Amino acid sequence: MEKYEGTDFYIIDDLLTEEQRLIRDTVRDFVDDHVVDVIDDCFMEDKFPTELIPMLGELGLLGANLDGYECAGLDNTAYGLIMQELERGDSGLRSFVSVQGGLVMYPIHRYGTEEQKQKFLPELAAGRMIGCFGLTEPDHGSNPSGMITHAVEDGDSYVLNGNKMWITNGCVADVAVVWAKLDGRIRGFLVEKGTEGFSTTKQGKKFSLRASITSELHFQDCRIPKENLMPGADGLGGPLSCLTQARYGIAWGATGAAMACFDAAKKYSLSRIQFDKPIASFQLVQQKLAEMFTEITKAQLLNLRLSQLKEDGKMTAQHVSMAKRNNVHWALEIARSARDLLGANGVTHEYPVGRHMLNLESVKTYEGTHDIHALILGHEITGIAAYK
Amino acid sequence: MKIAVCIKRVPDTATRLNFAGDGTSLDQSEVQWIISPYDEFAIEEGLRLKEKVGDATVTVITCGPAASTKEIRQALGMGADDAVHITSEVDLDPAQIAHCLSSVLKDRGDDIVLFGRQSADAQGSQMGALVASQLGRPFANNIAKLDVEGSEVKIERDVDGGRETLESSLPIVLGADKSLNEPRYPKLKDIMKAKKKPIESVEIDPGNVAFETKAITPPPPRPEGRVVGEGPEAVEELIRLLREEAKVI
Ligand SMILES: Cc1cc2nc3c(=O)[nH]c(=O)nc-3n(C[C@H](O)[C@H](O)[C@H](O)COP(=O)(O)OP(=O)(O)OC[C@H]3O[C@@H](n4cnc5c(N)ncnc54)[C@H](O)[C@@H]3O)c2cc1C
Ligand SMILES: Cc1cc2nc3c(=O)[nH]c(=O)nc-3n(C[C@H](O)[C@H](O)[C@H](O)COP(=O)(O)OP(=O)(O)OC[C@H]3O[C@@H](n4cnc5c(N)ncnc54)[C@H](O)[C@@H]3O)c2cc1C
Repeated sequence: MEKYEGTDFYIIDDLLTEEQRLIRDTVRDFVDDHVVDVIDDCFMEDKFPTELIPMLGELGLLGANLDGYECAGLDNTAYGLIMQELERGDSGLRSFVSVQGGLVMYPIHRYGTEEQKQKFLPELAAGRMIGCFGLTEPDHGSNPSGMITHAVEDGDSYVLNGNKMWITNGCVADVAVVWAKLDGRIRGFLVEKGTEGFSTTKQGKKFSLRASITSELHFQDCRIPKENLMPGADGLGGPLSCLTQARYGIAWGATGAAMACFDAAKKYSLSRIQFDKPIASFQLVQQKLAEMFTEITKAQLLNLRLSQLKEDGKMTAQHVSMAKRNNVHWALEIARSARDLLGANGVTHEYPVGRHMLNLESVKTYEGTHDIHALILGHEITGIAAYK
Repeated sequence: MKIAVCIKRVPDTATRLNFAGDGTSLDQSEVQWIISPYDEFAIEEGLRLKEKVGDATVTVITCGPAASTKEIRQALGMGADDAVHITSEVDLDPAQIAHCLSSVLKDRGDDIVLFGRQSADAQGSQMGALVASQLGRPFANNIAKLDVEGSEVKIERDVDGGRETLESSLPIVLGADKSLNEPRYPKLKDIMKAKKKPIESVEIDPGNVAFETKAITPPPPRPEGRVVGEGPEAVEELIRLLREEAKVI
């Protein structure tokens, strides 16, 4: 296949620094060299490309916007561009990096003790340790505050009981950030692999995000030392602040998946001949391409402004909700439209479009569903919370 | 040990190129620029040599427009220590570039000057040789392996159907082939650190133009393909045509 070119109609490159462009290009090259050729087989075989993890660490992609503890300390625009380029490869790959950085390293960095930071962050940054984030439960998805998993104090330990579901990286994680209620308050605990009473099962039968491992976590009288509580997080705000970080990355990432689909659809339309002409010469096809092009450009501008707000400390969770909701919605529409333009080829794994389309169904649901983000915006506009 | 690596900024060969209206240049508005790929092998070899020797510096040198700082930063991000940027907003011809590079190199006293074996755009395969002759130093192009022990240099080159081993001594000028190594990605942290590494900007009078580009034209459209048959039966005819008509085997 021809080399991926990216989309930059509004010359947003001019608004990036030299370093940001270099970082974007480096990750783009990495995806071209090491992801594109293997990722579809991973998807088919329902496995994550674990051989890439040391490289992700080496390059500095894990927890890239955190400071210190061997993290790269990049600005938020550069971080967003990384997510965009990774998800151009596959949403599962971006999910791995989002979970590791936004949902595991971020809470340890923000809420953990100095000992916890020293112990885990350099290992997680290098990819020598893998982390997972356990919030969702079988009966509590959109409404995590109703969670059943709980901890009780017992001497110098806490004893955890409950189940978590749909947990990315669960089975392979060396450390799980687990949210559970202690005296009725949501607190964050670090549970290490091999702890007695902690077990995992792989969730199968997914048709989406197959190049990412999804698991259930089970805690049965799981005893962890008291120093594994992250002292800084108390209440639902703890996990929600992590989700804001990860959703920020998703807004950028979904744009990358959309760019991959547009790139494939554009090239296909120009080379596919029907009725003696490239299908790109038909009005209906051009309209589809125009729609994709416009929505990608809008998403890119939304992302860039969001990153500026984040840098300036003005970004709210509601700002992120708008970008996550909008960009994932349009990425999915663009993937479907691209699938259509590829005709029968669009339903095969010869092209990346169908895989992106299937992946984006998960991206639409996780980290706050499309509708939940509408309700968050509704709350912002009206002052009335409709989800309660 | 002092190591210099000369790099060139070229249009990304993987993207589509358009010609400008004047018929003698490229439309630069949509061009993506990269370090000429062979030069990346030269950078990588310089860095490996530095890592082996320990007490060494790697300087990247380029001759090009102000915007080439992106390619310089990439080389610094890979691990080079500093850079010399000979700025020129106009396209120079090979003799002028060789003159500019030699002017910088002659006073530096580098033990090794590395080039890519050829640039990805003009593919002249001459810059290393031109500079070496102006510096009065030995030159070997297309090197596939390099060993430096003290001031002894051992080089291997891929030649038609085999390998050639050469010995020489420092100082030397070398042109890297792609079998030399696998260039590293710059680490993201190092890209940020590269911001603080020094780039010395110099202006040099390039002298008179020796060559002027009069026209560049796109390749003629490819002639239409021909189907000679189907399945195993067609193989014999295909081989005959490849041999007798196309004369490629
Ligand atoms: C591949 C994958 C990976 C995941 N990884 C993780 C992970 O690493 N860690 C983790 O903790 N979780 C993870 N999740 C879980 C994910 O966050 C949840 O699936 C998500 O929060 C939705 O919860 P649910 O599936 O229980 O759906 P539900 O909450 O049951 O929602 C079902 C439907 O009802 C709608 N709905 C719910 N409440 C309302 C309301 N008040 N008003 C209107 N509509 C409503 C929703 O919008 C949705 O359409 C992952 C999920 C997937 C698919
Ligand atoms: C699972 C599967 C089973 C199938 N089974 C059969 C079968 O049993 N027998 C059989 O004969 N075929 C079968 N097909 C083929 C199917 O009918 C074709 O895929 C379909 O006709 C579309 O053709 P195409 O794939 O070549 O797409 P194309 O014709 O190349 O179309 C590609 C895109 O261009 C658009 N397009 C094309 N022309 C125009 C135009 N003039 N103006 C605007 N837009 C245009 C299309 O709408 C589409 O979006 C099957 C396909 C699939 C996926």
